[in-house]
Amino acid sequence: MAPGPLQIGKKMLELKNIQTSYGNIQALKNVSLHINIGEIITLIGGNGAGKSSTLMTVSGIIPSQAGKVLFKGQEIQNLKADQIVAMGICQVPEGRHIFPDLSVRENLDMGAFLRRDRAGIKTDLEYVYSLFPILAQRRSQSGGTLSGGEQQMLALSRALMARPELLLLDEPSMGLAPLIIRQIFEIIKKINQEQNATIFLVEQNAHQALHIADRGYVIENGMITLTDTAQNLLNNDEVQKAYLGI
Amino acid sequence: MDYFVELLFSGLTRGAIYALIALGYTMVYGIIGLINFAHGEIYMIGAFTSFVVATVLSIYGFPLLAIVVLAGVCAAIWSSAYGYTIEKLAYKPLRHAPRLSPLISAIGMSIFLQNYVLLAQTSDFLPFPELIPDFAFMEPYAHIVGSSDLVILVTTAVLMVALTILIKFTRIGKAMRATAQDRTMAMLVGINVDRIISVTFIIGSGLAAVGGLLVASHIGQINFYIGFLAGIKAFTAAVLGGIGSIPGAVIGSLILGLTESFATGYISSDYEDVFAFSLLVLILIFKPSGILGKAETKKV
Ligand SMILES: Nc1ncnc2c1ncn2[C@@H]1O[C@H](COP(=O)(O)OP(=O)(O)OP(=O)(O)O)[C@@H](O)[C@H]1O
Ligand SMILES: [Mg+2]
Repeated sequence: MAPGPLQIGKKMLELKNIQTSYGNIQALKNVSLHINIGEIITLIGGNGAGKSSTLMTVSGIIPSQAGKVLFKGQEIQNLKADQIVAMGICQVPEGRHIFPDLSVRENLDMGAFLRRDRAGIKTDLEYVYSLFPILAQRRSQSGGTLSGGEQQMLALSRALMARPELLLLDEPSMGLAPLIIRQIFEIIKKINQEQNATIFLVEQNAHQALHIADRGYVIENGMITLTDTAQNLLNNDEVQKAYLGI
Repeated sequence: MDYFVELLFSGLTRGAIYALIALGYTMVYGIIGLINFAHGEIYMIGAFTSFVVATVLSIYGFPLLAIVVLAGVCAAIWSSAYGYTIEKLAYKPLRHAPRLSPLISAIGMSIFLQNYVLLAQTSDFLPFPELIPDFAFMEPYAHIVGSSDLVILVTTAVLMVALTILIKFTRIGKAMRATAQDRTMAMLVGINVDRIISVTFIIGSGLAAVGGLLVASHIGQINFYIGFLAGIKAFTAAVLGGIGSIPGAVIGSLILGLTESFATGYISSDYEDVFAFSLLVLILIFKPSGILGKAETKKV
């Protein structure tokens, strides 16, 4: 469903004062942010800043100790991971996590695990094959034998097979050649427009991310330290120094 | 030549039984990385359940076929209930604990179940009713392969095919494979991993229970301790085939069964159990990952 005029500006996701720990290591000290319906927002930060922990908290993989996660106004911080997927939130985790011994096709099927609408699944399968024709060629090959770039395409496609309303992407450009990175970012933009997926993009590649994002957040040490429109962040002195290598 | 064929069939029969038990070890290991030491006891409970059901039904004069089928179904259901409960009580609370904790919990469960059956039943061997009659059509071959061997082989083959279809083609089977390969990602595509783990325990327990019924009626007696040796041997077979690998468990079981059969037949039956454990030691030294296993990777 296209975001109608009434929905634009409404919040798809909101994190309120989230705190998350691994044992006695506190990864997220206080994270608050929100994503409006239809937006692409990016969360940038250095190694260990808490980006992946933020996404894993949203997905219900690691529990938060305090704070709230609201999805379209509904609290989801106590739901289980599969219930969160069922609500329409999908994550492509850092490092892709392709099921190595499942074929490309089976990996895609797993993406649609909770869906029952055969016709819709078929349409979406054709859609991801049209985005990444290489996956159609490799459909019966096992996922573990794909190249890094192909695995990223597959990971993205697998998430699309769930028809998510909100897509969480954790460093989709990691370890890829510049040409492939550009292609992946173009496709992220395309997914946002064609599939009406709201996108929460975590990146260290701040330059590319800010170019396709509407707004951005900077996370350091488990805390949000800065937020602005993507354009302003690109021109921000501190961001330029710390994340854009200018 | 007849002797060779006889040993071949008895080896395959043994292997089939090991396979029914070994699958439970390997599937559970594949999904949660735990050696479920209580699995042998699940097999033993399957044997006891079928003993009770068969005894009761024969008192009421049910036909033999009905007794066998009902005993098998009841044993599978009852053992599955045990397998399910053991996982929830003894393993699930320890899922994020250090690896040694669930292992110790498993050994504790095994000892508990043995003693529980010992107290609830008896320490003596109980005579198990002969559920599988000698088929007339098998008479010409009776000196090579017995009717109960045939039933064991056919039943196992049917269950293996069914399991293969389940794992390869069904939604739940794909979810089981995905969970075994990458649990976090399985959760991220919306698989209820707790349910998959339960299903794995249920399937493994059901297969072991059928094994318990078949062996009990083949050998003709049971006691509370039969799960120990059968469990260790099936575990050996699973390690031989490559623990975590389903086809590996079947291949390992057949190799172990044949080795035991030929070694006892041609060398000496005094050392029956020595062969199995020598084989285990040899694998652990020369190919710890087993025949079809992957080289040890980090398993969380
Ligand atoms: N499983 C874990 N156990 C213990 N500590 C962890 C675990 N995962 C992350 N951490 C810690 O939490 C903090 C935040 O980690 P996180 O993975 O969220 O960072 P990140 O921003 O995604 O970094 P990167 O860019 O390197 O992926 C780090 O200090 C990290 O060491
Ligand atoms: Mg990260």
